[in-house]
Amino acid sequence: MSKNSQFVKFDKVDKSYDGKVLVVKDLNLDIAEGEFITMLGPSGSGKTTCLMMLAGFETPTNGEIYLDSNPISNIPPHKRGIGMVFQNYALFPHMTVYENLAFPLNVRKVPKDEIDKKVDKALSMVSLTGFENRMPGQLSGGQQQRVAVARALVFDPAVVLMDEPLGALDKNLRESMQYEIKHIHESIGVTVVYVTHDQGEALTMSNRIAVFNDGKVQQLSSPDKLYEEPVNSFVAEFIGENNTFQGEVSDISNGKCKVKLKEGEIVANPINVKSTGDKTTVSIRPERALINPSQKMDNNHKGKIEEVIYHGDHTRVRLNVLGNSEFILKVPNSSQNLDIKLGNIINISWDSADARALDPK
Amino acid sequence: MSNETKQILTTDGIPLEVSLKKAEKKNKIKAFLLVAPLLLFLIITYIFPIGDMLFRSVDDRMVTNMLPKTYKAMEKWDGKDLPPEEVFEAFYIDYKLLVEQKTFGKLATQLNYEKNGFKSILKKLKRKMKKFENENYKEQIMAVHKRWANVEYWRAIKRRAPDITYAKYLKAMDMFENEDGNISQVSEDRRVHRVLWLRTLEVAFFVTVFCFLMAYPIAHLLATLPMKYSNLLMICVLLPFWTSLLVRTASWMILLQQQGIVNDFFVWIGLVANDNRPEMMYNKTGTYVAMTQILLPFMVLPLYSVMKTISPSLMRAGKSLGGTPFVAFWKIYFPLTIPGIGAGCLLVFILAIGYYITPALVGGASGTLISNQIAFHMKSTLDWSFASAMGLMLLTGVLVVYWVYNKLVGVDNIKLG
Repeated sequence: MSKNSQFVKFDKVDKSYDGKVLVVKDLNLDIAEGEFITMLGPSGSGKTTCLMMLAGFETPTNGEIYLDSNPISNIPPHKRGIGMVFQNYALFPHMTVYENLAFPLNVRKVPKDEIDKKVDKALSMVSLTGFENRMPGQLSGGQQQRVAVARALVFDPAVVLMDEPLGALDKNLRESMQYEIKHIHESIGVTVVYVTHDQGEALTMSNRIAVFNDGKVQQLSSPDKLYEEPVNSFVAEFIGENNTFQGEVSDISNGKCKVKLKEGEIVANPINVKSTGDKTTVSIRPERALINPSQKMDNNHKGKIEEVIYHGDHTRVRLNVLGNSEFILKVPNSSQNLDIKLGNIINISWDSADARALDPK
Repeated sequence: MSNETKQILTTDGIPLEVSLKKAEKKNKIKAFLLVAPLLLFLIITYIFPIGDMLFRSVDDRMVTNMLPKTYKAMEKWDGKDLPPEEVFEAFYIDYKLLVEQKTFGKLATQLNYEKNGFKSILKKLKRKMKKFENENYKEQIMAVHKRWANVEYWRAIKRRAPDITYAKYLKAMDMFENEDGNISQVSEDRRVHRVLWLRTLEVAFFVTVFCFLMAYPIAHLLATLPMKYSNLLMICVLLPFWTSLLVRTASWMILLQQQGIVNDFFVWIGLVANDNRPEMMYNKTGTYVAMTQILLPFMVLPLYSVMKTISPSLMRAGKSLGGTPFVAFWKIYFPLTIPGIGAGCLLVFILAIGYYITPALVGGASGTLISNQIAFHMKSTLDWSFASAMGLMLLTGVLVVYWVYNKLVGVDNIKLG
């Protein structure tokens, strides 16, 4: 059985709530069967609206959504067979954990002994066996979250939607739940569409990430590509840390470009610039710039250390480089003493391939 | 292992428990003093009147106090034949005193409640008594009227001997204790109260049902509409609430009367003929319509406050898990609103069961309720003990409803907002 690479398909979907502003603009998105895809973006970027359209609580203003090649815009939510985990869990407070899990099975008229089996299985999957008779109010936040996940999976839906499910948990719990959800996804192979505004969450969990901004998908790619090769300055800015230089392209040749800054000039990798004279934002990841590197690199500059912050495993160093006083360096603590002291002037270098010349801000 | 748990001492050597109590005592006194005025107020305005009402409804010392010597003499009388001379003598002395104090009228009224015909023979006795000789009262009294020689009348007096009576309660149920001490029903044409009780329950029940049916969608709308519309709707709900009860009832009278606006409208759209306008007032219909409208906010508000707390994502979860909108409503939304339904129904039912002004104004003869009867006895017949008895029965009814509700739903589930 080959997996359908267009299991969920958004086809030219527009959504407007008030007829004036488009919340989602011309969205085209294919989600493969069994994939874990995350919609990542700041609040108001349209990601939750997309999820709600997929779940059936909102209808597209224009365009169509396909689930396994069937258009679903006119199918009410209860007939779509899509599991959903809500932001605040949405467990039914008057039902026990067992009844919560049995609800989707009961409405599907599953026989009683089979319900028992499925509920057992789902609860053991989230390691909550023995909690059948608890009320949701008697569970901790993390446990409620697991129940919500189990409930969304118990009726074997083809797709599970998760709308910022870990938003209400504290940091440690959130991290362990991330792994747990990831493992559940890997073990049962269900298609997951996950919405979050937490980039760390998106990077650790997903097969692919769709970065939303302003109602549009800015970039859709795997976590590593997204981080290493952002296609525009929004993605570069939104995912991870980022050092930027604003400037103007003074020369493009051989897959490299020279960018003239207010003070000095750097060599960069032209991504979103076409010709000389284009304004651009050059983005460099903090860990890609090195102090006194052993190998030769094509950008070598001097920077003055303005701030040193100890972070345990690494030290963050803020430099003033080429007029940018917000230039951040991450220095691993294992490295030799590199004379990192406030006020020192040091040599830093980076490869032009890691300096991506993107669209101007 | 020893069974004794070791007593924990403070650093001063005093047992911890003792010093804790000491430390808390001051706070407890302070707290009590703070609530003391309210407690006093409650006792004076609530507990005392109810206690007084309870006492009045069973108090039967009026006759006993008026005829102290008679009852003392009657203690030995077995009630089979006419009482002995001492009883007649004692009755003569008691009655003479009442005549002198000019309070014999009350006695006549009270004894007449017990047995018809007392009034006239007491009056006659009063006239003849002036010429009585100081001997042989039995014969002299019996000579006044032949009823005085009838043992039934003496038994009637004896029946009033106990200090406490439940006769008023029997009367409120259209029953009475006859001469033999058996409880039986009053004749059919005099049974007025039982109809009223049943009607009161019926009206209260249906008003509660109507209120519920109307308030549920309104409250749901209020809880789900965007703020600016829901505020407007809330004002529409509350505006009548802030209007005087009399004004609202009067406006229903204007609307519902035979030449009123509603009837005019029906005639205009051709629903009814002009010469055949339905009576919508001075009967039960009027009572239902006006009371439902007046009590509606009491249902809407608790429902609204409960619905407001139900997260919309619950319904969504229900639907996304495969429940049809109806199943999601019935299995998820509705059970969660039960605390509000309970509070609203209890409130409306309790208010409706004691409703007074509206039924009095729009109810007419077939739409009045037991509370109107209570008011009638408070104001017109001045039979306060009877009114108290009915009031207490009403109170008991409410407590029973409360108890049943507690058994079914649990009072701690009530949410009044």
